[in-house]
Amino acid sequence: MADQSIPYPGTFEPVQTEGGATLLEKLHSWVITVDHKKLGILYVVYSLCFLLVGGIEAICIRIQLAIPDNHFLGPAVFNRFFTMHGTTMVFLVGMPILFGFANYLVPLMIGARDMAFPRLNAFSFWLTAFGGLLLYFSFIGGFGLYGMGSAPDVGWFAYAPLTARAFSPGHSTDYWALALIVSGFGTLGTAINIIATIVSMRCKGMTLLRMPLFPWLMFVVSSLTLIAITPLTAAQVMLLIDRYLGGHFFDTQAGGSAVVWMHFFWIFGHPEVYILVMPAFGIANEIIPVFSRKAIFGYPAMVSASACIAFVSVSVWAHHMFTVGMTSVSNAFFTLSTMMVGIPTGIKIFNWIATMWGGKIRFATPMLFCTAFLLQFLIAGLTGIMLAAAPLDWQLHNSYFVIAHFHYVLVGAIVTCIFAAIYYWYPKATGRMMNETLGKWHFWLFIIGFHLCFDTMHIPGMLGMPRSIYTYQADRGWGTLNLITSIGGFIQGIAVLIFAYNLIVSYFRGLQAGNDPWDAWTLEWSIPSPPPEYNFAIEPEVKSRRPLWDLKHPEDPDWRYEQ
Amino acid sequence: MSAYSFAPTPQSPAWELPPRGTVAMLSLIIGESAIFTIFVVAYVFYIGKSLSGPTPQQVLEVPWLGTICLLSSSFTIWRAEHAITSGAMARFTIWLAATITLGVIFLAGTAQEWHKLIYQDGLTIQTNLFGTTFYSLVGLHATHVVLGLLMLSLVLIFTLFGKVGTQHADRIKVVALYWHFVDAVWVVVFTVVYIVGR
Repeated sequence: MADQSIPYPGTFEPVQTEGGATLLEKLHSWVITVDHKKLGILYVVYSLCFLLVGGIEAICIRIQLAIPDNHFLGPAVFNRFFTMHGTTMVFLVGMPILFGFANYLVPLMIGARDMAFPRLNAFSFWLTAFGGLLLYFSFIGGFGLYGMGSAPDVGWFAYAPLTARAFSPGHSTDYWALALIVSGFGTLGTAINIIATIVSMRCKGMTLLRMPLFPWLMFVVSSLTLIAITPLTAAQVMLLIDRYLGGHFFDTQAGGSAVVWMHFFWIFGHPEVYILVMPAFGIANEIIPVFSRKAIFGYPAMVSASACIAFVSVSVWAHHMFTVGMTSVSNAFFTLSTMMVGIPTGIKIFNWIATMWGGKIRFATPMLFCTAFLLQFLIAGLTGIMLAAAPLDWQLHNSYFVIAHFHYVLVGAIVTCIFAAIYYWYPKATGRMMNETLGKWHFWLFIIGFHLCFDTMHIPGMLGMPRSIYTYQADRGWGTLNLITSIGGFIQGIAVLIFAYNLIVSYFRGLQAGNDPWDAWTLEWSIPSPPPEYNFAIEPEVKSRRPLWDLKHPEDPDWRYEQ
Repeated sequence: MSAYSFAPTPQSPAWELPPRGTVAMLSLIIGESAIFTIFVVAYVFYIGKSLSGPTPQQVLEVPWLGTICLLSSSFTIWRAEHAITSGAMARFTIWLAATITLGVIFLAGTAQEWHKLIYQDGLTIQTNLFGTTFYSLVGLHATHVVLGLLMLSLVLIFTLFGKVGTQHADRIKVVALYWHFVDAVWVVVFTVVYIVGR
């Protein structure tokens, strides 16, 4: 293991950056910036702040559920907390942080000097940011004229008719809908920008099939975003029409249908999962080859599997609705289409394993997280296949088994890859390495906490514990299991605090990284860390998928074998 | 550093990528289509599900004039695109003004229709499911027409002040693309609301 010698020998020389601006000037430059790198960092920092907020909500939920008949949170507060936890983690953490990575990395990886539309980029970020603030302002402003409400408490999926005026008085639900419309437009702007950047801004020689896989995945994700986020916006507009103008879209007493909301929400909601997980795939696609010292196995298969997942993912939404009472034809269709997602996903997992197979693996922190991702994502996929079977879903629907399943995807796969990405690209963004010892502590504590928490959580689900309940009686027999789950949650919380400490301390005291601390192969490592504002002094021209390999090994370049 | 240069070699082939404005507008159109799809699906799903009147059969009239105007505005803006590409700025101004006029006639038709529905037939967005779905779908489209007209009017104002030239042809094409989309959506909305739903 070569961890001791990070940064790896044979790398580029570090470049000194100059200071001099006052604090006010620096802050001002961050507010008015249209630079994709600064905006990318803003996205990531913004999301990490909300990760802590959403994490605190999760910890409060776990304290409440740790023992039976607990009164740490009242039922009303509990409802607000799980609604805000879900909404925060999906809309204010998951999507912004992944689009932040895309913002930072896509132009660097494709050899461009900025995104296609820098000002649209800044506009999208600030929309997303203020959308998040609007959501959290509901804690103060949600009371409205009725003196009721506070934060939204209708669940992150906000099923009708609970969201109707009669059942959700005050403004809490309006804050939820408006915040998501605003941040939804931000997301749409970023998605359009990423697509235009990838299609129109690639450097000379970078054909689509020479593009690194992270931009490829972001291209697929952004295309999926175009058709997945917009239905949510449409449904939110309908909800606001119902609430403010007296419309009847979801008003069952006037012939409207609550099930239509469920369809509209999940037409967004399921592709959303793939919008979150596919950037994680992209991260693994970049990290696993570099730390296995091998080119990615089956590049064309990876690309087509990603496109395939995107296509299939728009036809699986009603697997969230098996218990609503659909026809057997619908049940069969959505069972089969959901199981079909397993095929391209399986191809990806085998390709990652094949990339590692026979490689000279270096278990630095990014690779540790990616290895854990492989295992955890496999289990998450397997429970997904179980839940895709309608009869089993009838038994387990809305139980903690489902909660455990999707947290396995969201935490076990996505958050794990986000950590990997931060350890991997932090040197590029700041010019300094993150501390490896703290990184290992973070990794092991997080993994132990994760498995303690979410492996255990499957069992109360199978024993019949439903989601969204604020407490339970002692004679149910769920007490010990919930206590273990909560302890696991705490251990993850400690791990994340170590990570946050590492982020801050390494910025001031980390080792100088140099241009290319991991001896990697994509274009972003050819320029100084942190990159200059214009990125590339000379617009690069590439001949293969690993341009830096070609430069470092002129005697054996990749372009001889790819074609 | 200098050893790692990616300087292009003289013999490298030409490197042309699609214009970013067009790509972005096409992406926006895909996203907007999804929004319209949801509203159209809601409209179709709720046809005949209203618990009280008035029904579409009783109150809706087919807006032939507006439809003809809006659809022919696709032709006029296509002529305008053609004119600016070939540098004929006078013809461009005329075709652009014609497009805006046709769009305004369409909007006036919608306004007249809504006035009749609200004051004569007593159909508002609160009346029944038909009212809710009708006003939101047709209103969503009308909002897009208004946005398109704002963009076209800005272009017209700048043209009249002599600030638009043939070098802006690509940008005009992006705006025109949006206008064509607004027209194409009307074909769907028209079919669903006035043909199928009536």
